[in-house]
Amino acid sequence: MPIRFRLNGMPRAVEGISPTMTVLDYLRGVERLTGTKEGCAEGDCGACTVALAKPGQNGPEFEAVNSCLMVVPQLDGREVLTIEGLAGRDGTLHPVQHALVEADATQCGFCTPGFAMAMFAFSQEPGGKDDDAIHEALAGNLCRCTGYRPIVDACRKLQPVPAGCLKELPVAGGSMSSGANYCNGGQIFHLPKSVDELAVLRAQFPDAILLGGGTDLGLRVSKEREAFPAVIWTVGVSELKRVSDKDGVLEFGAAVTYSEALPLLEKHFPSFAALVRRIGSRQIRNLGTFAGNLATASPIGDTIPCLMALNAEVKLHTQAGSRWLPVEQFILGYRKTAMAQDEFIAAVRIPLLGKDRIFTAYKLSKRFDQDISTVVAAFSLSVTSGVVRDLRAAFGGMAAQAARAKHVEAALNGQPWSEDSIARIDQAIAQDFQPMSDHRGAAAYRLCAAANLVRRVHAETTSGQPAQVWAL
Amino acid sequence: MSAPLARVPGGIHASVRHDSAAGHVSGSALYLDDIPNVPGSLEAALVLSPHAHARIKAIDLTAALAAPGVVAAILAKDIPGKNDIGPIRPDEPLLPTDMVEYDGQPVAAIAAGTLDQARAAAKLVRVDYEPLAPVLSLDEAIEREQFVAPPQIMTRGDVDAALKTAAHRLSGEFNCGGQDHFYLEGQIAIATPGEGREMHVFSSTQHPTEIQHGVAHLLGIPFNAVTCEVRRMGGGFGGKESQATMIAGIAAVLAWKTRRPVKLRLPRDDDMRATGKRHPFLIRYEVSFDDGGLIDGLDLMLAANGGNVADHTPAVLTRALCHSDNCYWLPNLRFRGYACKTNIVSNTAFRGYGGPQGMFAIETIIEMIARHLSTSPEAVRERNFYGIGRNDVTPYGMKVEDNIIARVLEELDRNVDLARWREEIVAFNRQSTIIKKGLATMPVKFGISFNRPALNQAGALVHVYTDGSVTLNHGGTEMGQGLFIKVAQVVAEAFQIDIDNIRITATTTAKVPNTSPTAASSGSDLNGMAALNAAERIKARMTDVAAEQFNIPAGEIVFQQNRVYAGNRSMSFAELAALSWEKRVSLSATGYYRTPKIHWDFATNSGRPFYYFTYGAAAAEVAIDTLTGESRVLRAELVQDCGQSLNPAIDLGQIEGAFVQGMGWLTTEELFWDEKGRLRTHGPSTYKIPGSRDAPPVFNARILPDAPNREETVFRSKAVGEPPLMLALSVWLAIRDAISSLSDYRLAAKLDAPATPERVLEAVDEIRARAAGSGSAI
Ligand SMILES: Cc1cc2nc3c(=O)[nH]c(=O)nc-3n(C[C@H](O)[C@H](O)[C@H](O)COP(=O)(O)OP(=O)(O)OC[C@H]3O[C@@H](n4cnc5c(N)ncnc54)[C@H](O)[C@@H]3O)c2cc1C
Ligand code: FES
Ligand code: FES
Repeated sequence: MPIRFRLNGMPRAVEGISPTMTVLDYLRGVERLTGTKEGCAEGDCGACTVALAKPGQNGPEFEAVNSCLMVVPQLDGREVLTIEGLAGRDGTLHPVQHALVEADATQCGFCTPGFAMAMFAFSQEPGGKDDDAIHEALAGNLCRCTGYRPIVDACRKLQPVPAGCLKELPVAGGSMSSGANYCNGGQIFHLPKSVDELAVLRAQFPDAILLGGGTDLGLRVSKEREAFPAVIWTVGVSELKRVSDKDGVLEFGAAVTYSEALPLLEKHFPSFAALVRRIGSRQIRNLGTFAGNLATASPIGDTIPCLMALNAEVKLHTQAGSRWLPVEQFILGYRKTAMAQDEFIAAVRIPLLGKDRIFTAYKLSKRFDQDISTVVAAFSLSVTSGVVRDLRAAFGGMAAQAARAKHVEAALNGQPWSEDSIARIDQAIAQDFQPMSDHRGAAAYRLCAAANLVRRVHAETTSGQPAQVWAL
Repeated sequence: MSAPLARVPGGIHASVRHDSAAGHVSGSALYLDDIPNVPGSLEAALVLSPHAHARIKAIDLTAALAAPGVVAAILAKDIPGKNDIGPIRPDEPLLPTDMVEYDGQPVAAIAAGTLDQARAAAKLVRVDYEPLAPVLSLDEAIEREQFVAPPQIMTRGDVDAALKTAAHRLSGEFNCGGQDHFYLEGQIAIATPGEGREMHVFSSTQHPTEIQHGVAHLLGIPFNAVTCEVRRMGGGFGGKESQATMIAGIAAVLAWKTRRPVKLRLPRDDDMRATGKRHPFLIRYEVSFDDGGLIDGLDLMLAANGGNVADHTPAVLTRALCHSDNCYWLPNLRFRGYACKTNIVSNTAFRGYGGPQGMFAIETIIEMIARHLSTSPEAVRERNFYGIGRNDVTPYGMKVEDNIIARVLEELDRNVDLARWREEIVAFNRQSTIIKKGLATMPVKFGISFNRPALNQAGALVHVYTDGSVTLNHGGTEMGQGLFIKVAQVVAEAFQIDIDNIRITATTTAKVPNTSPTAASSGSDLNGMAALNAAERIKARMTDVAAEQFNIPAGEIVFQQNRVYAGNRSMSFAELAALSWEKRVSLSATGYYRTPKIHWDFATNSGRPFYYFTYGAAAAEVAIDTLTGESRVLRAELVQDCGQSLNPAIDLGQIEGAFVQGMGWLTTEELFWDEKGRLRTHGPSTYKIPGSRDAPPVFNARILPDAPNREETVFRSKAVGEPPLMLALSVWLAIRDAISSLSDYRLAAKLDAPATPERVLEAVDEIRARAAGSGSAI
């Protein structure tokens, strides 16, 4: 069965290409739409940004994604917009393009199509266009020439105007979805639609790669040029797309993206939401999932310490049924999890904070946006009558895996929430972790900064002074 | 040469939009990788050394050659001509014969039917290496006197005596890091063999002539057999000057061998590992001064990490030495420059070309003097500025005749009220314990012209067609900086025609020969003048035709707004063009320009290397987090001298872009080599250039008004590409200021650049310990 989607309004039924061909290579090589650029092939520069659309409750919803990280079957049933579709069919520039021209926001122009697409998707979103929102929307796009000022200026003037090529067309719906799988040259890409189908496939093809958003796996395709023989894609499974907020528990299906999870995170865990907004970029968050972050079990996966501190649980599913496992027990070591061969992650659930509980999470990196953490820290605690209760502190970037800082917790639990108590943590943290030194930071820095993040929580909970440069 | 009264739209001094803006935003502007491959084309991939230093014992291509789609592989022995691409010294093999000298050095290349096939086959090449100990640190290179070029020295007065007798003396050492260019379009070239020995090369290059020469040498053919062409680059910044030769050279050797077109486009990791960057510098100094901070003696050593071969290092070092004075009169000095050879990729040209490192040195030293005297860096600078008519000779013997730094600083102060700003910072720091703010200013004087006089020449080719349309070609290349539009404005001005009538064509060695690189900020100074010369030659001939037609003296013919007037009679420019053809008058001309007044003596490092200086000043406010070392730029105010700007909109873009790029160099952009000499930050996931949020939220760049160049440059404009990058040193100094606030401004931070969170936190803890008197560093 071919892969069906629409490209700049024109229907496509693609066959005869590898299911692990990246969307970028497809656009540039097969469609000869060369406006979409490759700047890095690792999801970090945004030159390859395209927009995906689907019909939403209030008209079409657009999201910017990195075409270098996606494989073509991930376009299943979607409307794909590239820079070539932004202008009208007669070549009239779209207002986003016009704004960039007017602001003198192009120099070498190589980054420009990517910016235009990110800005287009941003312009279609509800919500304010203040500087913070603009930077969040642009965090996935690098420009080496302009210094950004004119691009940001252009963003201030955005209006939600439809893309030129879609002016007279409704955005394609799921009706043109592809079949249950797509095969080519010995490679197979499964597109299960239900959890049961997924469970069967998982059991049947234990060696098949389970693909979520592909923001991690995509690198192996895009950069390493790997051609996976078999892939099972979770995102078409509607049950895995569910989000629920009831009985004091927040639950996200495994295929829920960061962007989709953010509104509820914002409501219940604003500090977690703020950290999630620093995971990759908008493009990455429009694809990436908690499940992918957990299953990767990277020591610098940003959500893992948060989920540990929040005592979250992972739902593992097989044909036989499912089980819930605390995140702490799910992560076993460096890129090692408790997931069995035939299991997959079906959901993640987070108990809401009790009354008076404080949760706060921090990420340290060389650059604020779109950077991998040097250290990530998450704290959940209560302070009653000036005494620390039930502190759960978890860190990433401090060891081969994200982990609780048990000595830090012990040093503070039951103690007054004071500078004197905190003076003990430098020693405690050194007992908890022996971090390594690498290009993101030396061991000594990691230890010192991690301890200081406890000081930051203290400062933020006890004084009115600013304790972060980005809060100014 | 003065601007005429009635202005033609799109003429000089107008904010004309970048000629490719519409193409950029619609994705229709073509870059090399967008050109469709002709049938039979091959794609290439490189095999890179995994060792910083190793002997090559054997290379086995068997598996690679047998891989699907592979057509050819090349090693050093397959190069038909001379295996050397060194731009200054002949020490740089395209592919090594027996030794690799840096991690990421190309040792072989594969050409195959598709890119995936080429990259897969490259992984199958078996190279047997015998690893050797690499030299990685500048200390070690200096110790061993391991240099890629001879040491350079500049002296004046008696520095030893000055250092002995002065009231105060400071000495020490500090470092600044390198910087990857991170042009968004990676290195790429397409080589197509022609008839006989001809080779056509599309290259994303700032220096088509160097590509032409490099390819000709490698293939053993004359220069006239090679044509290099480039319409635009997706960014250059110096990284596509000499570095593009390697890419084009390998593509050309593969094309020569296979007799098929070959495209070599580097994946980002290969690009960052295999090609050179800005030079990291180690700085050692000893300085003496009086109670007011007046500098008496300065003994300065600048050691540039040249990497494995010379490349541009000697010239970068010269420019660094020529900018270690910045704006200051230094009566007794000894500047020593070492071009160190190490086992990292050979470093190269990068916007500023040593100037930033030289100014980094002197400005950091000035800040240390200020802390030592418990005064402000501004006060120390004030005492040391070059005088007007006295104390105005640079360390290399050039008189500073156009000094307007005082005016530039006044303009800055008028815009921002520095004194009040300073008070606000101090007040903030008094009540904030975790977050500290810093404020600093930065004056810049930057010399314009290539240090090497021969490079300061340019050619252009202008054709007028009989419908009045014009094509313009010159030796400069467009990398986003707006050179093409500026030169077109000059031609529009000369002919007094709408800029839309001028078509700007790709740069090619076939049209304008023997060109200089588009570098040293000189693009519009040189090519603008050459194009003006060509246009004026055609205009003179057309004037004669008009004079004859209207039967009046040539002096009374006026070109204005697309028409040519003789009193109250006139005809359109197009009509005159057609008439000129009728009268058998040539409508095509070459133009030529050589910069006057300049000379340089390489033996003594003295002369007048620069036609003029350009000036600028900045003030920046930062905040640092004393718990984590994170920092952030909150505000930047810039004033830049552009002479009489040819195009204020384009110049503003250069100023802002350069500033943010300079910020990146000094803050987030860290090149990290591990203990084996392997670059660990070779993609945007690990190497962090500034993002939109990093640009200062309050960011005002201004062009100094009413400041025509006192030299006769093209319509009295000044170069702008590089100078504003150094304004970003204000950010570096502001971070130091914030750290210094922890000692009540009595101590100077112990800090190297880039000021990453880790370095800032270390410096914070260190200065606190010192201020507390314990003296111990963590
Ligand atoms: C440019 C860029 C920036 C990034 N920045 C960050 C960052 O700041 N912080 C951070 O933590 N991460 C970051 N990442 C990593 C990545 O985006 C995240 O880890 C993301 O959560 C991965 O989710 P995904 O759905 O895209 O995973 P995928 O790539 O689809 O899969 C990742 C792994 O999870 C497995 N997997 C996926 N779904 C399931 C499932 N349902 N059950 C079992 N296994 C499954 C896959 O088999 C695979 O092994 C970044 C990546 C990129 C490319
Ligand atoms: S090419 Fe850089 S993000 Fe895709
Ligand atoms: S305009 Fe060159 S990278 Fe943005």
